[in-house]
Amino acid sequence: MDQFTLNLLFVGASFALYIGIAVWARAGSTSEFYAAGRGVHPVTNGMATAADWMSAASFISMAGLIAFTGYDNSSFLMGWTGGYVLLALLLAPYLRKFGKFTVSEFIGDRFYSPTARLVAVVCLLVASITYVIGQMQGVGIAFGRFLEIDAFWGLLLGSCVVFAYAVFGGMKGVTYTQVAQYCVLILAYTIPAVFISLQLTGTPIPALGLFSETVNADGASSGVYLLTKLDLIVTDLGFASYTEAHKDSLNMVLFTLSLMIGTAGLPHVIMRFFTVPRVSDARWSAGWTLVFIALLYLTAPAVGAMARLNISEMMWPNGVNGEAVSVETIENDARYNWMATWQKTGLLDWEDKNGDGKIQYYNDKSDAMADKAAANGWEGNELTNFNRDILVLANPEIANLPGWVIGLVAAGGLAAALSTAAGLLLAISSAVSHDLLKGQLTPDMSEKSELFAARVSMAVAIVVAVILGLNPPGFAAQTVALAFGLAAASIFPALMMGIFSKRVNNVGAVAGMLAGLIFTLVYIFLHKGWFFIPDTNSFVDTAEGSLLGIQSTAIGAVGAVINFAVAFGVSSVTKETPQEIKDLVESVRTPAGAGSAVDH
Amino acid sequence: MAEQSTNTDGRAAQDAGEYWSANIRIIIISLIIWAVVSFGFGILLRPMLAGIEVGGTDLGFWFAQQGSILVFLGLIFFYAWRMNKLDKEYGVEE
Repeated sequence: MDQFTLNLLFVGASFALYIGIAVWARAGSTSEFYAAGRGVHPVTNGMATAADWMSAASFISMAGLIAFTGYDNSSFLMGWTGGYVLLALLLAPYLRKFGKFTVSEFIGDRFYSPTARLVAVVCLLVASITYVIGQMQGVGIAFGRFLEIDAFWGLLLGSCVVFAYAVFGGMKGVTYTQVAQYCVLILAYTIPAVFISLQLTGTPIPALGLFSETVNADGASSGVYLLTKLDLIVTDLGFASYTEAHKDSLNMVLFTLSLMIGTAGLPHVIMRFFTVPRVSDARWSAGWTLVFIALLYLTAPAVGAMARLNISEMMWPNGVNGEAVSVETIENDARYNWMATWQKTGLLDWEDKNGDGKIQYYNDKSDAMADKAAANGWEGNELTNFNRDILVLANPEIANLPGWVIGLVAAGGLAAALSTAAGLLLAISSAVSHDLLKGQLTPDMSEKSELFAARVSMAVAIVVAVILGLNPPGFAAQTVALAFGLAAASIFPALMMGIFSKRVNNVGAVAGMLAGLIFTLVYIFLHKGWFFIPDTNSFVDTAEGSLLGIQSTAIGAVGAVINFAVAFGVSSVTKETPQEIKDLVESVRTPAGAGSAVDH
Repeated sequence: MAEQSTNTDGRAAQDAGEYWSANIRIIIISLIIWAVVSFGFGILLRPMLAGIEVGGTDLGFWFAQQGSILVFLGLIFFYAWRMNKLDKEYGVEE
């Protein structure tokens, strides 16, 4: 059986499984559609939340970004896990005690203002749609690869599949489907990593393999650590060393902080904690979620480093000072087949610029390499395109693993993108139909028309995401990072102040959210282009070129500080919060009497 | 607890205040640890840990890529355990 058929088989079988579960658990009432009847065990909930959370950004994109940057991109690892500490300590138990369906309901009630609820809906929509753009990028790449078509057509096809899938079930279908998706994606991520770790270091646990010595072909230890070897090879090719810090600490700290705060402010993740039966379960649930996430996140840095080593060695089979790989080998040797398949997606390319029949892969921007290139007659880096987002999907092929592993990874990548896209669409549709339409515009809407509105808003969200996704502002994980910045600057501060301060009032919260959101959004557009349209940006998105010396992916943390400051400032000069709101805050703070959550 | 529920409102309010400040104390301690391992050991204090070698690199690199995640896990489970205990001590559990 050829690889193409095998991929189709794995992807097809996994889809059949998810759709089967979605049909079986099809949501009938609005309550089930949004929150799965609240009967979900913390471990089950943790697993589903992990699938919901780990998206194309974590599965497809993150290891690639770490692989080509090394230590500097550790922010993704710390940021996307550290946020769960904030979520577990500062939000989850209290929001569960409050016991309503959506994040904006809490904000609307706590700040006793329909305007606050409306602003929260807007913040949520902006962050979620940006997030969906990143997912659609991942879906496009995964579909492009396994159908061997251009990533653009993969994106269009993928968006249809995501829509059909998300419309089918609500949260209930999604919860159990997501447990299945978690299993598929974690196996797909770890199995190839275990194989590769064994090949390179003889250690079956990739997380430990990363810090182990490499082994020779005969299995004996070489006495050289994997990271030492990698550092040597990449610096010899003129690239920045893997383990050292090259980014300024300010940007790294702010970027990490933005991802952390954003994690705790993303509506589709917070919604999950409404679905556990008790307040104490909400606390455990956050822990279980992180356990399931950590399984992937502890493996990811190993995947990145090992893939970088494998790619470098493939391009320089005779060592970095020997002959580079020849065009003939790439075209004929079965071990290099992956390069031709990925070339079809338009995400990988090479060109023999100096016509010597070899493909030299090195950093042609490095001054140190200029002399070596001149001496050897090299005319620039000949691995002309290597999209970071293909690394994880291509990884098993690069390591020459069996065909079924490659098929499994294709299925896993799609599971990751699909589960998150579905969860986000659910958050978007509930924001529009439940908070906006039913909550504000047409309160006497029937359940049936509410469900219909939910589905229409899903369709609109997908179309918007695909259109904006045609010019993605970065690799999938970077696009997603922008979404986190927006959530960090708008939603999280409002939620936290709503629980921890009785002083912040309606006017303060609205002013704070608007200030945080607008500041962050404008800053991102100034650096990434308005609505991500290329060449409409006013500043270069580097530490040196940017407006405040802060990159757009790191600005969310600053936006959050502005949100807090504005909210406290405005609240201190406006009317005090009424007594019943102080009582509400008091009751949210203690678990007793939580009961099951109720609708308005 | 039956005893607490028969208390006067004043006593209950005082208990609620104590419960909340105990919670805040636990949160602050946890968040200090959270910040020290990630922003501290992983980023800002990394140069100070440069002398401690771990598998071909230094301890700061390990904290940035793996160590902080393990500490985060510990923190969340500690908090869940500690708070569930505190709920019982103050009789505010469900």
